[in-house]
Amino acid sequence: MGPLSVNELISENTNLFLAFIIGIGFGFVLEQSGFSSSRKLAGVFYGYDTVVLKVFFTAAITAMLGLLFFSLFGWIDLNLVYVNPTYLTSAILGGIIMGVGFIMGGYCPGTSFCGASIGKLDALVFIGGLFLGVFIFGLGYNLWEGTYMANFLGSPKVSESLGMSDGIFAFILIIIALAMFWVAEWAEKKFPREEY
Amino acid sequence: MTKSKERKVRPYINPYVGGVLLGLVLLAANFVSGRGLGASGAIKSTVVTAMNTVAPEASANSGFVKEFGEAHSGSPMKTWLVFEMMGVLVGGFLSGALAGRLRFKVEHSPKITSRRRLIFALAGGVLFGFGSQLGRGCTSGSALSGMAVLSLGGFVTMMAIFGTAFALAYFFRKNWI
Repeated sequence: MGPLSVNELISENTNLFLAFIIGIGFGFVLEQSGFSSSRKLAGVFYGYDTVVLKVFFTAAITAMLGLLFFSLFGWIDLNLVYVNPTYLTSAILGGIIMGVGFIMGGYCPGTSFCGASIGKLDALVFIGGLFLGVFIFGLGYNLWEGTYMANFLGSPKVSESLGMSDGIFAFILIIIALAMFWVAEWAEKKFPREEY
Repeated sequence: MTKSKERKVRPYINPYVGGVLLGLVLLAANFVSGRGLGASGAIKSTVVTAMNTVAPEASANSGFVKEFGEAHSGSPMKTWLVFEMMGVLVGGFLSGALAGRLRFKVEHSPKITSRRRLIFALAGGVLFGFGSQLGRGCTSGSALSGMAVLSLGGFVTMMAIFGTAFALAYFFRKNWI
């Protein structure tokens, strides 16, 4: 059955309409969780507010389990679901640059749109920076194309790389997440902040 | 100085509930389109469109635009992520309106000025924008969506983003605490 658009069960325009609807859900949940606030987001790096860690890992695990169960029930063909390719060099380097941007800017791209939607001007300026950063990447593309394409490993799953089944990996990830949630709850008590 | 708080602001939802809901949104994205969520891809679409419009000749020779064209047919603005991000603006606004959080504001630590906050926001945005292109997606498209489909690259990028931010947190503490 799924994915609907890949299996051509819905038209391209329906797919784009559903993208808009799913986007509304995305923005709504981000805002309801407090992701429109940069100081709340940055809190995870100082321990006073770990909402990022809790929401992020709960979401990743929910979707991961959902996909595994959907596949088990025959509702989705996982072979048709896009697995992000792994270019090891750029995955690490890009991640490091994004990490610097995160601690300086307090937002990531998705959350900055969410923040801007409720009037956060710092989020709006961050978005201006995003456009500039993407443009700079585009302008100098030839300069970093080598780095961008280096160490291509295909689209491996982390479970394959570790030599275990998807289910076992998911189980271990859940245990790790529970341990992190425990540390997160402890950190919020240890480094409390009343108002920010 | 007294702060007038005439409007009632509703609290945020429980983060674990928020996480499950976000996970279901991500699951829905995969079920419908066969791909996860994203954010920086919509910005890339816009930048490619701007480059095509402002400097069509230079743009046609750009490896960046070519690479984008190979992955997307049709207009760069008629892509899944562009529509999804328009939805994010609507969804965020609706949530903020329901919760009483709509307000123009520069959010920052009381220890720093708004001006300093905005300079750092701009610099952070530039770096995040650049990094999202190099890393083939941001926190949404590469880290979160990648993790949900167990992509090795997704896990690597996630660890690099959060690890770096955590490692540098001490140097930028004045901005936040």
